[in-house]
Amino acid sequence: MATMAGDRGHAGDGSRRDFLYVATGTAAAVGAALTVWPLIDQMNPAGDVLALASTEVDLSPIEVGQSITVVWRGRPVFVRRRTAGEISAAAEAVVSDLPDPQTDSDRVQQTEWLVLVGVCTHLGCIPLGQKGTDPRGDWGGWFCPCHGSHYDTSGRVRKGPAPENLAVPPYEFVTETTIKIG
Amino acid sequence: MGRINTMGTGRRLVAGLAAVGLAVWISATGPVIAAEGTSYEKRDWSFYGIFGTYERAPLQRGFQVYVEVCAACHGLKRIAFRNLVDIGFSDAEAKAIAAEYEVEDGPDQEGEMFTRPGRLSDYFVPPFANDNAARASNNGALPPDLSLITKARGGGPDYVYALLVGYAEPPGGEELPDGMSYNLAFPGHQIAMPPPLWADAVEYADGTSATVPQLAEDLSYFLAWTAEPKLEERKRLGLKVMIVMIILAGLLYAVKRRIWAGLH
Amino acid sequence: MQPGGFQSSSKIVQWIEYRLPIFSFLDHSVGTQYPSPKNLSYLWNFGSLAGIALVIQIVTGIVLAMHYVPHGDMAFDSVERIMRDVNYGWLIRYIHANGSSMFFAVVYIHIFRGLYYGSYKFPRELLWWLGLVIFILMMMTAFMGYVLPWGQMSYWAATVITNLFTAIPWAGEAITEWLWGGFVVGTPTLTRFYSLHYLIPFVIFGIVFVHIWALHVHKSNNPLGVEMKTPKDSIAFHPYYTVKDMFGLGVFLVVFGFWVFYFPNYLGHPDNYIPANPLQTPPHIVPEWYLLPFYAILRAIPSKLGGVIAMVASLGILFLVPWLDTSRVRSATFRPIFKQFYWLLVADVLVLGYVGAQPAEGIFVHIGRIATAYYFVHFILVLPLVGWLERPKPVPDSIAAAEAAKQGRPAPQAGE
Repeated sequence: MATMAGDRGHAGDGSRRDFLYVATGTAAAVGAALTVWPLIDQMNPAGDVLALASTEVDLSPIEVGQSITVVWRGRPVFVRRRTAGEISAAAEAVVSDLPDPQTDSDRVQQTEWLVLVGVCTHLGCIPLGQKGTDPRGDWGGWFCPCHGSHYDTSGRVRKGPAPENLAVPPYEFVTETTIKIG
Repeated sequence: MGRINTMGTGRRLVAGLAAVGLAVWISATGPVIAAEGTSYEKRDWSFYGIFGTYERAPLQRGFQVYVEVCAACHGLKRIAFRNLVDIGFSDAEAKAIAAEYEVEDGPDQEGEMFTRPGRLSDYFVPPFANDNAARASNNGALPPDLSLITKARGGGPDYVYALLVGYAEPPGGEELPDGMSYNLAFPGHQIAMPPPLWADAVEYADGTSATVPQLAEDLSYFLAWTAEPKLEERKRLGLKVMIVMIILAGLLYAVKRRIWAGLH
Repeated sequence: MQPGGFQSSSKIVQWIEYRLPIFSFLDHSVGTQYPSPKNLSYLWNFGSLAGIALVIQIVTGIVLAMHYVPHGDMAFDSVERIMRDVNYGWLIRYIHANGSSMFFAVVYIHIFRGLYYGSYKFPRELLWWLGLVIFILMMMTAFMGYVLPWGQMSYWAATVITNLFTAIPWAGEAITEWLWGGFVVGTPTLTRFYSLHYLIPFVIFGIVFVHIWALHVHKSNNPLGVEMKTPKDSIAFHPYYTVKDMFGLGVFLVVFGFWVFYFPNYLGHPDNYIPANPLQTPPHIVPEWYLLPFYAILRAIPSKLGGVIAMVASLGILFLVPWLDTSRVRSATFRPIFKQFYWLLVADVLVLGYVGAQPAEGIFVHIGRIATAYYFVHFILVLPLVGWLERPKPVPDSIAAAEAAKQGRPAPQAGE
């Protein structure tokens, strides 16, 4: 069809007709956007999931040299109260030699407390080292049994296929003895 | 230029009027005849109507009534402490309220369940471990969880209010079975719950006089919110969406007329 | 030259069209090359509205399925989680629940349009049958869907309706236990209803395509009931009916929005906000409004098997309508006696709907039986008799002739 119905009209009708179509198209687009957004947003984490977005941890029962594991956003988080030896070993490492260079001071807020996401950065296994009987790898931190990555007492990768240091989650000290992760 | 389908316009007009008439009828106030000869007045709540919202003051007063009077027997398990932020408490206040409750958690490393103070992510702790325990403590009657009560009863908050203020002497001095009370609004008029409210049962934090009608109104108001916490969001979005859609329908009508004008 | 004959200046369109002539296909089915009667009223909008309602149900349903848990212990809670915690969950749930009502409202108007204008008559009998099959599948889907929230009404409606199968002689008990997957309605029943509730809409979708295919063979009926004969009787579907359908959709969405945003629970039953309790029956078990007429017919017959047969027959009789209606005139516009009985049928169905919502006691029992009796009398006796005995008003020769008569012009001559 070469001519649309409604094309037959006075020349002055042209702009009024176009305005109508533009206005209608715009309203329809707004309507479409209002429709599409909820369908997408409903897949975002729901209220009850977001409520578990942060976890508070009471540090007072943890003794020097002890590690505990807490769950944050579905993943394990290692909280270790480091011994003086572990702290100095971490501080004395030659940063430029590290596969993922980072100073210990950049990874802790208080040197006694190390908070790490306990997920190996290689392919996601949970490294060993939390329990006293666990192997801790050659640097006294953690050892991932899946493919042999070694982490030091700052959670930095030293050997093995893991590309990055164990992640430090966002956390803050809400009191002297309580941290809030996330 | 004749048009073939003037019938369409007339029918649409009738349909439109019918829809409006339906809306008016639905919103009509007046007494409602409910089940089995009970009746109650339709009340005017601030959350009714197109622009309805929840006022924070009655919500918080109603919450206080729930906690101090009803929570002894009735659970509120679909409300989490974090939801209290929506009725006007701050994060810190809601956290403090949560911490007043002991929540079951566990098992611990020894395999034992334990209790700990509530957190924002926890839900209100039911007063009884399970339905059987609830019945055992209430002469065999089960106090229902109140989270959805205003949507689970035909009269909604009007009915809940009427029930709370509807205790009376049975007509003709009729003897009721042990443990039952006479209530004007409850279907069958015999209710296992004794009158839960009395004047000054609660000392309102904001100083409002705690008459029985006031307590009943605030509690019903709060329970309307627990059943429908998204009401405000629904009506706000509804206004936007309806305006856009009515404009769009109007524009589409104009487009239709323009295109059909091209015939003949 | 494109295979389908669709011309376009766009290189992209040409590229696609040469490999898969989708544009000429669309143009011939809903476009400028598909003729429709020029006199269709707004009652002809309801087919497209039904199709859109189906899509809305499918889209919202798929999204709800991302959050719903089909287990007796968790179903009700998962729906409340959708209402309270899932972003816009309340909106999607209310759209889906009220969308079911909108879908049936639109389909009922569509069906009653067909009954008034004789759209079921030759050569559209199969089209009518396909529509009835869609309607039956819709009712099954809606019934199973209503069970999923696992409220009191969900559970007890499921119990009552599945118990109907015990009426089947000899194998009834075994069939019912097979349906339940147990000795009563329970989680096994819920999970299989969930699976089928997800499946059947797509079956409906396929049958809708066949329904439209059948329609496109002989094209639409029209208010005059006179088939299109010359190009003077028709206009192109696009742009006339595409834009009219879009406007109809706009009105539909406004009505839909009214329910979703302001009265989202009005069409439902409060008892379904009570979690299912297998040990406590609600005082009055009622289906959703759109199933009420059939529920009334079911309860009108005192025997269990009789009631089931009557309910099935009330749907089955509709398949026979093209032959029960013996009139050679299609449209009620020209059938003064038929028209009156038609409105009597409409009133009868409304009465049946009302009775279905009442307790099966007292006067409602009698009204229900009379209304049920009339329903069958209407189809079995009234339709054939009126068709034979009625003297219809003169039927116009063509749509164009009727239009001309209305405008006071002489009818178009052949070849004009």
